[in-house]
Amino acid sequence: MNTTAAALHAEQEHHAPPRGPRRWFYSTNHKDIGTLYLIFAGIMLFIGGASAMIIRAELFMPGLQLVDPDLYNNLITNHGLIMIFGAVMPAAAGMANWMIPMMIGSPDMALPRMNNLSFWLLPAGATMLMLSFVVPLLGGGTQINTGWTLYPPLSIQVGPAMDFLIFGLHLMGISSILASINIIVTLLNMRAPGMTLMKMPVFCWTWLVTAFLLILVMPVLAGALTMLIFDRHFGTSFFSAAGGGDPVLFQHLFWFFGHPEVYILLLPSFGILAHVIPTFTRKPLFGYKVVVGSLIGIACLGMVVWAHHQYTIGMSLAAVQYFMVGTILISIPVGLIVFSFIATMWRGSMTFETPMLFAVAIILTFTFGGLSGIMLAVVPADMQYHDSMFVVAHFHYVLLPGAVFGLLAGVFYWLPKWTGRMYNERLAKLFFWSNIIGFNLTFFPQHFLGLAGMPRRIADYNLIFTEFNVVSSVGAALFGASFLLFAYVVIQTVVAGPRVSRDPVWEGARGLEWELPSPPPFHSWPKAPVLT
Amino acid sequence: MRAGLIGRPVFGWIPLLLLGVAGSARAEYGVNFPEPASQGAREIYDVHMLTFWIATVLMVIVTGLVAYSVWKHRRSRGFEADARFHEGWFGRWGWVSVPVLVLGVDLTIATSANPTLVRLWHPPADVELDVKVTGHQWWWEYEYLDHGVTVESRAAPQEIAGDNYLREVDNPLVLPVGTKVRFLHTSADVLHAFWVPALGFKKDAIPGYITETWTEIDREGVFRGQCAELCGTWHARMPIVVKAVSRDAFDLWVRERRAEAQRAAEEADPTREWSRDELMARGEQTYVARCAACHMANGEGMPPAFPPLKGSKAVLGPVEDHVGVIINGVPGTAMQSWARLNDLEIAALVTYERNAWGGGTGELIQPARIAAVRSESQSAAR
Amino acid sequence: MTTEHAAYHIPEPSPWPLVATTSAFGILLGVVLTIHGSDGAGFVLAGGLLLFAVLIYAWFGDVIRESMSGCHTEQVDRSFRHGMLWFIASEVFFFLAFFGSLFYLRVIALPWLGGEGYLAESQLLHEGFAADWPTSGPAESGGAFEPMGAWGIPALNTAILLSSGLTITWAHWGLKLERRKQLIRGLVATVILGLTFVALQAWEYREAYTELNLTLATGVYGSTFYLLTGFHGLHVTIGAVMLIAILGRSLKGHFRPENHFAFEAVAWYWHFVDVVWLGLFIFVYML
Ligand code: HEA
Ligand code: HEA
Ligand code: CUA
Ligand SMILES: [Cu+2]
Repeated sequence: MNTTAAALHAEQEHHAPPRGPRRWFYSTNHKDIGTLYLIFAGIMLFIGGASAMIIRAELFMPGLQLVDPDLYNNLITNHGLIMIFGAVMPAAAGMANWMIPMMIGSPDMALPRMNNLSFWLLPAGATMLMLSFVVPLLGGGTQINTGWTLYPPLSIQVGPAMDFLIFGLHLMGISSILASINIIVTLLNMRAPGMTLMKMPVFCWTWLVTAFLLILVMPVLAGALTMLIFDRHFGTSFFSAAGGGDPVLFQHLFWFFGHPEVYILLLPSFGILAHVIPTFTRKPLFGYKVVVGSLIGIACLGMVVWAHHQYTIGMSLAAVQYFMVGTILISIPVGLIVFSFIATMWRGSMTFETPMLFAVAIILTFTFGGLSGIMLAVVPADMQYHDSMFVVAHFHYVLLPGAVFGLLAGVFYWLPKWTGRMYNERLAKLFFWSNIIGFNLTFFPQHFLGLAGMPRRIADYNLIFTEFNVVSSVGAALFGASFLLFAYVVIQTVVAGPRVSRDPVWEGARGLEWELPSPPPFHSWPKAPVLT
Repeated sequence: MRAGLIGRPVFGWIPLLLLGVAGSARAEYGVNFPEPASQGAREIYDVHMLTFWIATVLMVIVTGLVAYSVWKHRRSRGFEADARFHEGWFGRWGWVSVPVLVLGVDLTIATSANPTLVRLWHPPADVELDVKVTGHQWWWEYEYLDHGVTVESRAAPQEIAGDNYLREVDNPLVLPVGTKVRFLHTSADVLHAFWVPALGFKKDAIPGYITETWTEIDREGVFRGQCAELCGTWHARMPIVVKAVSRDAFDLWVRERRAEAQRAAEEADPTREWSRDELMARGEQTYVARCAACHMANGEGMPPAFPPLKGSKAVLGPVEDHVGVIINGVPGTAMQSWARLNDLEIAALVTYERNAWGGGTGELIQPARIAAVRSESQSAAR
Repeated sequence: MTTEHAAYHIPEPSPWPLVATTSAFGILLGVVLTIHGSDGAGFVLAGGLLLFAVLIYAWFGDVIRESMSGCHTEQVDRSFRHGMLWFIASEVFFFLAFFGSLFYLRVIALPWLGGEGYLAESQLLHEGFAADWPTSGPAESGGAFEPMGAWGIPALNTAILLSSGLTITWAHWGLKLERRKQLIRGLVATVILGLTFVALQAWEYREAYTELNLTLATGVYGSTFYLLTGFHGLHVTIGAVMLIAILGRSLKGHFRPENHFAFEAVAWYWHFVDVVWLGLFIFVYML
C-alpha cells in the first residue's frame, strides 16, 4: 500500500468529528447519519400525527365541520404515507445506522458516503410529498383524494399533485433501496472476526431480512408508480379496460409491495424487543435459532400472500382459498416469535424500566392486532370487514405496537447509550401510560364502528356511528398530547439529562455495543474486537 | 342499521364496560354486524363469530401467560433468573409444540370458513333475477336486466333523510324476498364497492369488468349500506338502500315503473309549452333530489368546495351557459354532467334555479330551448 | 485480522451526496413542471441534469482517486462487489414487475374481457370483442396497428447484444492476462456494438410510429411494448456510457489484474442488460 494511503488511514485513526455544518451535511459517520435519520423521523411523526389529529377532530361529530371531503382524503393520504415512509422506516433505518456497526464490531457502515446519500434523499422525497399536499391548496389542480393506496382510475383523475406524490415516493424508495444495500453489505462483510452469522445479534438479523425484503419489493412499487405516470400523461392503458388493461393490475403490484412492507415495518421493532426483553429479564433470548428461522419464514410467506388486501375484487375461488390459507399460516412464524418473547420473560428476574414496559405492552397489543388480522384473512368474513373501520382498527393495532412502540422502546433503551445521559424515568413512565391508554381509547372503538357498517375514508357519517367516534377522537387527543410529552422527555434528556451513573447503562445488557463507553467514541471500533 | 340482536349478548356489554359512555348509550348502538337478512349473511356471521371467539381465547391465553409471568417473575419479589430454563422440556419441545398447536388452530379456522366461501363465491345456476349494478360518481344505477327497468339511486339530502342522514336514497333498490338474485357489478368511472351488511357481502365495481355476487333475501324490510371503495369527493354520499318486498309487491312495482317510464317519454315532447307553476314545481323536485346534496336546499352551497347558486352569476348569467354547465358539468370539480336528464327536467330545473330563493330573473325556460342548446354543444364537440 | 479493519477506508466528509439529492430533486421537479407545461420548467430540468453530470464526474473522480491511492483494501473491494450485486438484484425486480404485468394482462385479464374465465360476464360490456393478443383493447385505442415482428431488427439486435457480451468477456481476459491491446480492442468493440443496438432500437421505434401506427397509445400492446423495450433501451444507454468511461480508464491504464472492480461492475451490469433482452425477445417479440 503506497504512502498517501497510509497517511490517509493514519490521519483517520484518531480524528475528532469535523466542525460545523460540514459535520452534518457532508457526514460519512454512521452515528451522525443515524442521528439525522432519527431527527427527520421525529419531525415526520409530528407532521403525520398533526394530520391524524385533524382527521380525528373532523370525525369527532357527524357532519362536515373542519374540512371538506377532498381535503379530508388529502389528509389521510398524506397521513398514511408520511407515517410509513417518513416516520417509521427512517426511524428504523436510523437505529440500524447507530447500532449495527457497534453491534458487529465494525468501524462504520460498509459504504459511508452512499449512506449519507440514502439519508439526504429522504428530505427531498418528503418535500415532494408535502408539495403534493400543498400545491392543490394553492390552486394547483384537484387534491389527492385516493388514499395511500393510490388506486386507479381515481388516481388518474387527480391533478398535478399526484405527480409530485409519485416522484416523492420514487425518491424515498431509492433512498431505502440504497440504505438496504448498505446494511446488507455491512452485515455480510463487516462483522468482527469470529462473529458468525448465527452469533449475530437479533436486531442485525431482523434488519438483514428487512433489507432483503426492501430490495425485492421497493422496485416493484417503483415500477407500478411509473406505469401510473404513463397512464396519466402518455396515453398508455395499463390500468384502463378500454385499451385492454385492468385497474386491478395496479392493486396486485401495489400489494406485492404493500404486504411485505408491513413486515418491513414490523421486523426491526421486533429486533429491538429481542434486545430489550433479555436485558430486563436478565435471561438470554429464548430460542435464538427459532427466532432467526421465524424471521426468514415471515419474509418468505409475506412475499406470497399479498392479495388478501383484494378479496373483494373478484378472484377465482382457488385463488382466494390459496391467499386465505397462506395468510393465516403467517401466524406460525409470528406466533413463534411472540412466544419466544414470553418464554424469555418466563422465570426471568424482571424489572420494569420504560423500555420493558413498552415491550410488555407490545406483546399484548400486537397480539391483539395480529389476531384481528387473522379474522380479516378469512375470506367470507372479510367480505364484511373490508374497507370498513374494522380494518383501520386492525392496522393501527399492528402498526403502532408492531412498529412505533418498538421504536419508542428502542429510543428509551439506547438514548443513554447514544448520549451518555439518562432520561427522566418518572416522566417516561407517565408518557408510557398516557400513550398506551390513549392508544387503546383511540383504536379499540373503531372495531365496533367497522362491524356496525362504517366504511373507512369517509369524512362524514350517520348518527349511529357517533358515540364510538367521539370516544375515539377523545382518545386521539390524549394520544397526541402524550407524544408532546415524549418530545419533551427526549429533548430534556439530550440537552440537560444527568450523566449515566454506570456503564453499561442497564446491568442486564449484553453485546459488543455495551462494551463501548456511553456515549461511544466518534469511530466505534477502529480496531476490530476479537470475539471469544 | 339497528344493532344486531344476535350481536348484543356477545359485544353489548363491552362498550359500556370499556368505554364508560353508558350514559349516552342509545338503542341504535351498533357493536356488531346488523341482523343478517339472508342465509349467506347468516353463515358469514357465524364464521365471523367463530374466529372472534378463537381470537378471544388466544388473547386470554397470551394475556394470562404474560400477566402471570409479570406478577411472579419480577426482581422486586426477589425472583432470581432461571438461567437454565431453556434446557427444560419447553426449551426442548416448545419450538415443535407451539407451531403444531398454532397450525391446528389455523386449519380449524380455514376449514370451517371454506364451505361458506364455496357456497357464496359462485352464483347458483338457478338465479331468478339479474340486476346490473353500476357505480357512478356518486350514485348507483340499477338495471333489472330481464324487466327493462332502470333505477337511478341518489343520496337524499339531510332535510329528507333525517335520522338516516347519508344512509337514505331517493329511489331504493327494490328486491323480492325468497328469490335468488344475481348482481352484476360494474362501474362507469372509478372503483366503487357495493356493500349492504345485512346481505353479508361486499364487491368492488371495476370499470370495464363485471364482478358477480348473489343473495336470497329471506325477510321483508329496508336494509342500508354505503359505497365501500374510495371513489372521490362524495364517497361518503352514495348510500345503498335495499327495499325487500313480497314477490307480488315486486311485480306490481315493476309494472308501475314501466308505466312511469312511458309517461315521462310522452311528456318530454319538445313542442309543448309549460306554465310557470308546472316548471317551478317539477324544477323543485329535481333540484331537491339531484342538486340539494351539494348546493343545499336553500341554494347557499358549502363554500369553498360547493359554490352557492343563490344570487350567483352561474344561474343569473346567460341561459346558455347555465344549461351548458348542467349538461357538461365542470371538469375537475365535483360538478358532474347531468346530460342524462331529459329536456323537460332540465328546463324545469333551470327555471327553478333562476327563480327560486327569492331572487330571480322571472324568465321561463321551455324544453325546446334546452334541445337547442344540446344540439349546439354536440355540433361544437364535433 | 484487526489490521484489515483498521485499514478499512472511511472516506472524508463529502458534499456529493447532498449535490446528488439536489440534482435528483431538480430533475424530477423539472419533469413535473414540463409535463404540465409551466414556464421555467426547461431551466429546472436542464439545471438538474447539468448538476447530475457534474456530480457523476466529481463523485466517481473521488472514488477513482481513492482507488488509485490504494485505499481500497480487499475488504473495501468486497463491499463494492456485494453492493453492485444487490443493486443489480433490485434492478432485476424492477423489470420483473414489468414482465409480471405483461403476463397478467395477456394471460389473466385479457380472456376476461373476451368472455372467458372467472370474470367472463365482462363480455356484456364489450359485445363482440375478440380477445387475442396483440390487442389494443375493446375501444381499439390508438386506432388500427400492426404488431412488431421479431425477425427483423429485433433478431439482429439479439445477435448484437449477445456478441457484445462475448467481446466484453474477451476484454476481461485481456485485462487479467495484462494484454493491453486485447483489453482496449474488446472494449471498443463492445461500445460500438452497444451504440449500434441503441441506434437500431431508435430506428425501430421510428418504423413503429410511422409505418405500423404502433404507438404508446396503442392499447395494452403498445403500452407494454414501449414500457419494456423502452426501459431496457434506457439501461443499455446507461451501460454504454459506463463502458465508455471504463474504456477511458483502461486507456489511462487504471486497471491492474488484481484490482479492477470498476471494470467488473460494468461487465456484470452489461451481462444483466443482456439477459433482460433475451427475456424481451422471447416474451415481447416472439410469443
Ligand atoms: C405492521 C404492520 C402490519 C402487520 C404486522 C400486519 C399483520 C397481519 N395482517 Fe395486516 N394490515 C396492515 C398492517 C399490518 N398487518 C395494514 C397497514 C393494512 C391495511 C392497508 C390498507 O388497506 O390501507 C392491513 C390489512 C390487512 C388485511 C386486509 C384487510 C382488508 O383490507 O380487507 C388483512 C387480511 O388478511 C390483514 C391480515 C394480517 C395478518 C394475517 C397479519 C399477521 O401477520 C398477524 C400475525 C400475528 C398474530 C396472529 C398474533 C400473534 C400470534 C399468536 C399469539 C399465535 C397464535 C395465533 C393463532 C393461532 C392465529 N391485514
Ligand atoms: C405507522 C403508520 C401510522 C401511524 C403511526 C398512525 C397513527 C395514527 N393514525 Fe393512522 N393511518 C395509517 C398509518 C398510521 N397511522 C395508514 C396507512 C392509514 C390509511 C390511510 C388511507 O386510508 O389511505 C391511516 C388512517 C387513519 C385513519 C382512518 C382515516 C379514514 O379511513 O377515514 C385514522 C382515523 O382515526 C387514523 C388515525 C390515526 C391516529 C389518531 C394516529 C396517532 O397514532 C397519531 C398520534 C400523534 C402523533 C404521533 C403526533 C402528535 C402530534 C401532535 C401532538 C401535533 C400537535 C397537535 C395536536 C395535539 C392537535 N389513521
Ligand atoms: Cu362510490 Cu365510494
Ligand atoms: Cu397484508
